[in-house]
Amino acid sequence: MRDRVIFCGQLVFTALVAAFLIVPAILSMLAGITANYFRGIGSGLTLQWVVAVWDLYAETIARSLLIAIATLAATLVVGVPAAYALNVRGGRLARTVEEVITLPLAIPGLAIALALLLTYNGFGDFRRSWLFILTGHVVFTLPFMVRSVMAVLSGIDVKTLDESAASLGAGPWRRFRDVIVPNARPGILAGSLAVVTLSLGEFNLTWMLHTPLTKTLPVGLADSYASMRLEVASAYTLVFFLMIIPLLVAMQLLADRPGTPERS
Amino acid sequence: MSNSHGVSLRLEACAKSFPGGSRALDPVTLAVARGETVVILGPSGCGKTTLLRIIAGLEAPDAGGRVFFNDADVTKVPIEQRKVGMVFQSYALFPNMSVAENIGYGLKIRGIGKAQRAARVAELVKLTGIEGFEHRRITQLSGGQRQRVALARAVAVQPSVLLLDEPLTALDAALRERLRSELDRLLRTLGITTIYVTHDQAEAMALGDRIVVMRNGAIAQIGSPREIYFSPQSRFVAEFVGAANILEASIENGELKLPGGRIKLGNGAPAGAVTAMVRPEAIAIVPPERAALCGRVDAVSFVGDRARLIVTGAADRPLVLSVANSTDVKVGERVGLAIEPDAVRLLPGDRR
Repeated sequence: MRDRVIFCGQLVFTALVAAFLIVPAILSMLAGITANYFRGIGSGLTLQWVVAVWDLYAETIARSLLIAIATLAATLVVGVPAAYALNVRGGRLARTVEEVITLPLAIPGLAIALALLLTYNGFGDFRRSWLFILTGHVVFTLPFMVRSVMAVLSGIDVKTLDESAASLGAGPWRRFRDVIVPNARPGILAGSLAVVTLSLGEFNLTWMLHTPLTKTLPVGLADSYASMRLEVASAYTLVFFLMIIPLLVAMQLLADRPGTPERS
Repeated sequence: MSNSHGVSLRLEACAKSFPGGSRALDPVTLAVARGETVVILGPSGCGKTTLLRIIAGLEAPDAGGRVFFNDADVTKVPIEQRKVGMVFQSYALFPNMSVAENIGYGLKIRGIGKAQRAARVAELVKLTGIEGFEHRRITQLSGGQRQRVALARAVAVQPSVLLLDEPLTALDAALRERLRSELDRLLRTLGITTIYVTHDQAEAMALGDRIVVMRNGAIAQIGSPREIYFSPQSRFVAEFVGAANILEASIENGELKLPGGRIKLGNGAPAGAVTAMVRPEAIAIVPPERAALCGRVDAVSFVGDRARLIVTGAADRPLVLSVANSTDVKVGERVGLAIEPDAVRLLPGDRR
């Protein structure tokens, strides 16, 4: 009886916390399909605001996706070998490098953006292109990839696996491809998940770096809140959710799948 | 392949210092004949693994040290080009590959075709007795099976030298014994040059053509298992390899003088203070009235195949005896001890 009371209490508490977090999101999305928010849901449901968002901001959505994918590619290419090198090398130098890579986590996005602006403002074409935002996103998300891969690598004896592959005749690249990457897979997937979601949702840094022609989804969202009807901004939120949730679910499923044997 | 018996091996003045100045290995010079099995034996931290890693190419010796395979200087050649086969203490099997893929990995690297690879893997699976496990994942194997896979993987490529770093240490005692004799049979079958690192003297005795005993980063003695056991050249070797009674005594008239009597020595025994060594099984129990050396039984422990006695009063410290399990003596009983002159080994003073 007592256990049951405790259980029910915990259930209610959990439900309340969940509701506290979820209800605003639901209300916001609901507002996006309400004909007139000030008259309430009774004014009828409509997709006109979603269509309006698509007309106005489709470009920012496409750009955000492009930047997220490019950020993922860059962090994979740089981050995974970096994590491997830091793990194998070890020692004080490796720890220092790791700290430096991790620094962007502690520095406000605005400060990173300011530093990038100060440094590259003179490079007009670069400054004006989406690649400038990509640079900021890579700096900001790289530690998530490196740390998540390093965490997995530190759990397996990478050094000895590497040595045993070397003893069988495999050169550095072959060892990396055949042994390190497959065994680091859970870390690479977790890191990828973090990088893509962070890049899609990143606002601070992007807001500083963007130009009117290089707006991303969250910047467009801020723009719409500031200058459009509330319904449009809410519809925008709905679009954002629709985009990011399947992505999160897909990557989570991918991460849960047990490692498949290498076929050769 | 023509080099199925491997290469001869030579190390010249190979030392290893680590950053920070600690010396893992004093300059070591060692020659290993083609097809020979050399066991490097020593307590942990004696530099035996460092020596193995220098041979493998996983560590570079300090300047001046050189490694030769068949008279070719390979000091600067990285491990992946040395064509060694290596078994690690932790086995280091690839968790992302099946048993067959692990065994075939070295062949795949060498660009050997799929059919030929499969045939060689099948051959090794049979040789190491892991039939039926080819498609298992590494995590589904027991310790003994992993050890076999690691060995099969290392020899699959027909290496020029097989390097084993404490390959049985991670296993429990009974399995270790069984795998030791399997390993012995396998090494004899392959006839390949083998360097085997261990801290277990029983393994060293059973497997080695020669044993290199190491201590504090230097070679203490090199010899056949018999030489190492019966003629240790230092107190350290005597005590590390097998059990040993160390007697601090003096020699007079060709006899070792002890508190409980005398031990007759062979001709040419020097006079004066010496350190002598007698193995526990070289001391026999005889009736005290006919013995030159007597003592009192302090403890008897029956260990199954043998009985272990502690006898006090005979020497300056208690003597350990290993006698037939049928020996009938009681604690407190006065016994005579017989020791053959040959069984007493005089040791030089221990240099540390």
